[in-house]
Amino acid sequence: MSRADRSAASATPVQPGESGLSGVAAKSPPSRGRFDRFPFNRLPFIGRQRWHLLTRRDKAVLALMVGIPLAIDVVLIWGSLIVDLLWSFTDWRGVGDMTGGGLGHRFVGLTNYTQLFDGTYPFFWSAVLHNIFWLGFLMFVATPIGILLAVILDGQIKGMAFYRTVFYVPVVLSLALIGIIWQLQYAPDWNRGFIDGTLHFFGYDVPVVKDLPLVGQWFRDVSRTDWVGGPLAIVPTVIAASWRHVGYICILYLAGLKSFDPALREAAALDGANARQTFFRVVFPVMKPINIVIVVITTIEALRAFDLAYITNGGRSPLELLSTLITNNSISESDRIGFGAAIAVILAVVSLVPIVGFLTVTTRGDEQ
Amino acid sequence: MDDQAKRAGLLSGGPVTRREVLKAGVIGVAGLTVLPTVLAACSSAATTAAGGGGLSGKLTVGNNLSDAVPKKALQDVVNAFQTANPGVTVTVNTIDHTTYQNQISSYLGATPEDVVAWFSGFRMRAFVAQNFFTPIDDVWAGPMGKLYTDAYKTACTGSDGKMYMVPFDTYAWTVYYRPSVWTAKGYAIPTTLADFKTLAAKMQTDGLVPIGLGDKDGWPAMGHFDIINLRENGYQYHVDLMAGKNKWTDAKTAQVFTVWKSLLPFYQTGAAGRLWQDASAGLLAKTTGMMLQPQVAESFAASKDPADLADLDFFPWPNHGTQWDAEKALDAPIDGYMLSAKSPNAAADATVAKAFLAFLGTGAAQLVYAKAEVTDICPANDADQSQYTALQKKQVTIISAAQKLTQFMDRDTNPNFAGANGMQGFLIDFLANPDQDLTAYLAKIQKFWDSLGA
Repeated sequence: MSRADRSAASATPVQPGESGLSGVAAKSPPSRGRFDRFPFNRLPFIGRQRWHLLTRRDKAVLALMVGIPLAIDVVLIWGSLIVDLLWSFTDWRGVGDMTGGGLGHRFVGLTNYTQLFDGTYPFFWSAVLHNIFWLGFLMFVATPIGILLAVILDGQIKGMAFYRTVFYVPVVLSLALIGIIWQLQYAPDWNRGFIDGTLHFFGYDVPVVKDLPLVGQWFRDVSRTDWVGGPLAIVPTVIAASWRHVGYICILYLAGLKSFDPALREAAALDGANARQTFFRVVFPVMKPINIVIVVITTIEALRAFDLAYITNGGRSPLELLSTLITNNSISESDRIGFGAAIAVILAVVSLVPIVGFLTVTTRGDEQ
Repeated sequence: MDDQAKRAGLLSGGPVTRREVLKAGVIGVAGLTVLPTVLAACSSAATTAAGGGGLSGKLTVGNNLSDAVPKKALQDVVNAFQTANPGVTVTVNTIDHTTYQNQISSYLGATPEDVVAWFSGFRMRAFVAQNFFTPIDDVWAGPMGKLYTDAYKTACTGSDGKMYMVPFDTYAWTVYYRPSVWTAKGYAIPTTLADFKTLAAKMQTDGLVPIGLGDKDGWPAMGHFDIINLRENGYQYHVDLMAGKNKWTDAKTAQVFTVWKSLLPFYQTGAAGRLWQDASAGLLAKTTGMMLQPQVAESFAASKDPADLADLDFFPWPNHGTQWDAEKALDAPIDGYMLSAKSPNAAADATVAKAFLAFLGTGAAQLVYAKAEVTDICPANDADQSQYTALQKKQVTIISAAQKLTQFMDRDTNPNFAGANGMQGFLIDFLANPDQDLTAYLAKIQKFWDSLGA
């Protein structure tokens, strides 16, 4: 598909229903399929009494269509959140009656929160640092790489479909599978892990390399690294997560670039802008809606990070995350449900910040 | 039937342990109800032990043996009971291992089976205290009670002094090694800590990893702490520490970490990122000298070469030169069966359930199971030991010689304390930074314990 075809296709957005409303159904292209046959002109709101926009039945249908999802949302999400908040002020252990005493629900005030913040539960602050690092790495390393790949793939490269598939395959895999794949890379013995095995091979078996001063020794030393058990295990784990995240961002951004008006690029070229100037001064600002989506997705990915750490070592040190602390306190043999709920509340509050920010920005955009 | 069980045990190499399943983090019910309709022809000894045959009624059994080999072995035991008591209908409900443990509270509090599987020690007492179980002193008063040493009785006694559990299988935490390697290198079994260190140093110069460890699942390191504490401070101190009566900030506790630290140079590096199975593979490949972990035998039993299991032996942890050496205490976790109080048919099924528990307490019943599970032994002293493998026979010797038995840290203490983001995390931290300020480190642990209010 040439650039011109693509822009032509994207420049004429097809809105189903549009034709019926404007009464020009006959002019609509044949490709519209089933919408042609829909009797738009007989819909009540196109009748003579235009001020009666909706019949009573419509209102009932609309109420159900909006009401049911809303009720589910309120009960399952906001209801759970409120229950979680209430639990976080108790030491409930999951059994016994909820009204108090003994093993039941006991109000403990802010104890759970103070224990988290004052370091009584030292794993909390490690988890916070790990989540922040996770966010920082995805935001400032993985996401830019994804955008860079998208820009490169948007150009005319031979075998682009192949490259696109290569970068997108990790996105299709579940994080559980990605976890297992990376365990095979990171396992700490040369005959178990691919990375240590490769380093071991260069340090011991490759004739010239192994005898090089310093280099051979470096291979031998590094081949003993415990990638996911050492104090900095969070770094290899985030790299594994990035493997997927890069592909995700790449595809998202590529979709955005496809709908980018080539006329803007041509105008920039006429003005003598080079490739970098074109991207940073023209493409990037125009892609603002996609950029916002990407920032929000990256933030949410970082906050809900769980799978890789949990698969690697159950979310133990040195890979604690807020999500694994919640799991290991609330739904394991450990039954500190009230305490786990407090961590969940903190995570929820932190998550609300980017979500609210996202909604504010997008709704403001709609009003313009 | 016996041959089949044995063959299944050897071929599939014993079961996946509950820990492996925990590691996988699979949360999902793999429950399966088995309705035994055919009376299998089982070992006649087991059938005889199952008694008179005058019983009739129904019985339900809940357990966590969701792996093929132990699951079948338990079914064999149940079949033997039914053969002897044709009037009894037994329904076995096998629940996925991880699910069973994670949901044990809600399971026991809702509609559990009449007889349920659980762990002895503190882990048992915690649930007894919540009135989930019925005491079975009358079962222990019968002939079954005479089959057990005091160590087992203690492990099955609740905080109120009543008996609550019938032991069913057990295994000891000892140091495993390969005799062929040791013979080739001329190593001798160390009996003192000094000999142990000398041997470890020798192994290092011989290019072996002296002490293999894979602590990715968090719990293997606990066994190391347990045995060092038992030798340095004795059984009572250890049990009281686990129960919170002794302090982690105590100088005696610090001594355990000091001794442990002196052994760490001989440990396999990168323990936190390694699965115990991979550490065990080092022993199998003859690159590791020794390993303190009973699950090693499972890997060897799973090996394609039967010679591997034949070339595996073990010795008890060496003496530390303290007065506590004489106790010969060690971790020997006991799995057993209990009578649940909240079963919907608790009253109606009580007679049959108690007869079944008494049967589970006999050596004949346990042997049917132990033949399939080559790493486990029968707690009852009337089990026909001539049918044991060499490793099982040796385990019996070591466990019988112990004056005191502990259950393993995560069974001896509050599960909230022992969990993945609890003591397991603290021990991983110590292994990674043995040179850190011990006082501050132990203060953190004590503060965490105090915050649990247990």
